[in-house]
Amino acid sequence: MGQQEPTVAELKQLLAAQALELQQKNRELEVQTALEEVRVRATAMRNSSELAETSAILFQQLKVLQINAIRTGVGIFDEANDAMELWLTTVSDKQEVLRILDYVNLHIHPVFEKIIAARKENRPYALTILKGDEVKRYYQTMSTYLLLDKQTKYNKQEYYYSFFFRQGTINVVMDKVLSDEECGIMIRLAQVFGLIYTRFLDLQKSEEAKQEVEAALQELKATQSQLIQSEKMASLGELTAGIAHEIQNPLNFVNNFSEVNTELIEEMRSELAAGNAQQAMEIADDIKKNNEKISHHGKRADSIVKGMLQHSRNSSGQKELTDINALADECMRLSYHGLRAKDKTFNAKMETDLDNSLPKIYIAPQDIGRVVLNLFTNAFYSVMQKKKELGEAFEPVVTVKTARKEEGITISIRDNGNGVPPKVIDKIFQPFFTTKPVGEGTGLGLSMSYDIITKGHNGELKVTTKEGEYAEFIIYLPAKS
Amino acid sequence: MKILVVDDERDVQTLFEQRFRKEIKSEEIHFDFAFSGEEALIYLHQHEQEAVLILSDINMPGMSGLELLKQIKQKYMKPPPVVMMITAYGDAENYNTAKQLGADDFLTKPVDFPSLKEKLKAVH
Repeated sequence: MGQQEPTVAELKQLLAAQALELQQKNRELEVQTALEEVRVRATAMRNSSELAETSAILFQQLKVLQINAIRTGVGIFDEANDAMELWLTTVSDKQEVLRILDYVNLHIHPVFEKIIAARKENRPYALTILKGDEVKRYYQTMSTYLLLDKQTKYNKQEYYYSFFFRQGTINVVMDKVLSDEECGIMIRLAQVFGLIYTRFLDLQKSEEAKQEVEAALQELKATQSQLIQSEKMASLGELTAGIAHEIQNPLNFVNNFSEVNTELIEEMRSELAAGNAQQAMEIADDIKKNNEKISHHGKRADSIVKGMLQHSRNSSGQKELTDINALADECMRLSYHGLRAKDKTFNAKMETDLDNSLPKIYIAPQDIGRVVLNLFTNAFYSVMQKKKELGEAFEPVVTVKTARKEEGITISIRDNGNGVPPKVIDKIFQPFFTTKPVGEGTGLGLSMSYDIITKGHNGELKVTTKEGEYAEFIIYLPAKS
Repeated sequence: MKILVVDDERDVQTLFEQRFRKEIKSEEIHFDFAFSGEEALIYLHQHEQEAVLILSDINMPGMSGLELLKQIKQKYMKPPPVVMMITAYGDAENYNTAKQLGADDFLTKPVDFPSLKEKLKAVH
């Protein structure tokens, strides 16, 4: 009750208001859709050349919003050079969308100088209006910079809008002034774009940082493999003389026994000619025995050469069923003779305590060979140092021991040298740690050995030592690694 | 003639026994073998005055041939036996050291047996 019926005039007014509200809401929806379109494209941007695509989307979306631009563009400031990278989109006479990239100095035309000024004053946008001949002159100026279509006719007036975001501008060239509402849309657009562009730059930076890190990692890996190779070559060099000596001995036996056999065959013939079958048989037995020696020493030389080749080759890491006792013995001899050849005053007693019941196990023989060689070289080096200090009174002894364990085997290399001081014991397996004088050790031997045993074979490499008395390195290798 | 051969390579024994089979058979030469410097010293201690000639390798683990030579010439037996050194490293340094320590001769590996036989005859 008491409610007055609205008058027709009031109803009309209400309807008009509602229509306007609807229209505004609709417009807002259009604007948001357009912003979303630009945002989606810009967010997908991975490379700054894609700014051209963004500019094209901008151009199209403004058209949807009935903002009919002559050109739209994205400009990115190059502060250091007082210049701007311009990604422009326009429509050709044939209504094709054209994309243009250029790089312009900000002082080539007042339009750009105005942008600088407005930016300094923190205004949301810059506007320059060119009229008549000014438009013509602008295009003449820009024609040397911009590959714009030669316009047959110039607009009477052109409005150059640049809406700012942090790193650049959204540019719109109109043939009429933008309404406040349209300016508002453009400001919002520039803000949205600014956020996306900032994100894009961050992404690029992290991408660059990632690439830098990756490049550094690659370089590190390359250096590491070079170092490993040079460590291998250095230890091979040390061993070469020892190897030569080791080959010479079996070769001497091969030559000597075969000469003896030639003599014996002559003797056997004369015994046979003389009818002494018994003597001939005895000689034949000797020939056979000698032949076995020749074969044995031939194989010995063969295995030394093979061992040397294995040592210099890049390991395939291929695991083979290997006789650990033979490997340990061979490595001991090689390193002993290697050091011996380098320093003739060097000598040490070598003791072996090899477990004959040791099963063959699957290992990468080159790799384990390198570890064992390295440990022997260290052991001999250590006793040699102590010998230098103590002289005659000290008898250097290096011992290798193999033993069968429940699920694998151990190889222990012990020397009665100076041992490892407690303060460095935690560091000895670290790369580049060495107690040897500069140029004598790479400091990679033990760290590489450690990796080969633990990572390559699931084994263990341990040390027990007493400073001044002994050091013992124990390799544990599981039978199934 | 009694000769002691010192070498860590055990097959040296077979080789010498074959190479000197005639001399051994005719009992012209009797060979004994030691496989390290230490073993050689023990042998010499037990067989003083017996071995008239020692043929020793230089490059052996433990006591080297040069140390053995030094000990023989300084401490053992008067008159000291003839000592010939054999080595794979036929270099001036080893040669000079061996000579200095009183080695009577110096042979390089591989041993040239005909010329060794000549030398042994000369000692004889």
